[in-house]
Amino acid sequence: MTNAKLIATGTPVLAIALCTGGCITVNAPEEPIVIELNVNIRQEVIYRLAEDAGNTIEENADIF
Amino acid sequence: MTKQTNFMRGVRRLAVGALALAAIGGMASPAAAQRDPAYAEARSSGQVGEKMDGYLGIVGGGSPELRRLVNDINIKRRALYSQRAQATNATLEEYALTAGCQAILATAPGEKYQAPDGSWQTRGSGRPLRDARCP
Repeated sequence: MTNAKLIATGTPVLAIALCTGGCITVNAPEEPIVIELNVNIRQEVIYRLAEDAGNTIEENADIF
Repeated sequence: MTKQTNFMRGVRRLAVGALALAAIGGMASPAAAQRDPAYAEARSSGQVGEKMDGYLGIVGGGSPELRRLVNDINIKRRALYSQRAQATNATLEEYALTAGCQAILATAPGEKYQAPDGSWQTRGSGRPLRDARCP
């Protein structure tokens, strides 16, 4: 199974040394933003697990 | 057999029935533990939201305490997913993604969740925007 990882790394904005009025400084996020798309997980698998997952959530309400 | 003994047998049967009911009541799992007040507050104020992958995410910056709280919850969720995935012959990712579908569906109006395009959305009164594979 492959997880297509889209890693969007915050591009550090280089401070322009001779920046005059109207300049906005944007700070890059500390960690890269990672979105994992489990593209290979099939709908039928999700349907099979749905009830069990629903119960798990209900029975562990303190962490959901 | 006299009427008296039949009556007594009936009483005994009722008593046994009542005991059985009491036992069933006692066996029922105790009410699921409630959310920690800090977590409940972070949810209702939209500082945290349900991600598609089954884990909790921080919306915006997030203080060190909030990061710790979210990390702690996600570690517990992962352990739970791992355990249930094994029990249901699924992979951790499959189980987590399914839980994500359900957790997003279970959000209350005003709470945050992650839409399929990755953006944070505020749950309205209608159905949330979810992955096409979600039940």
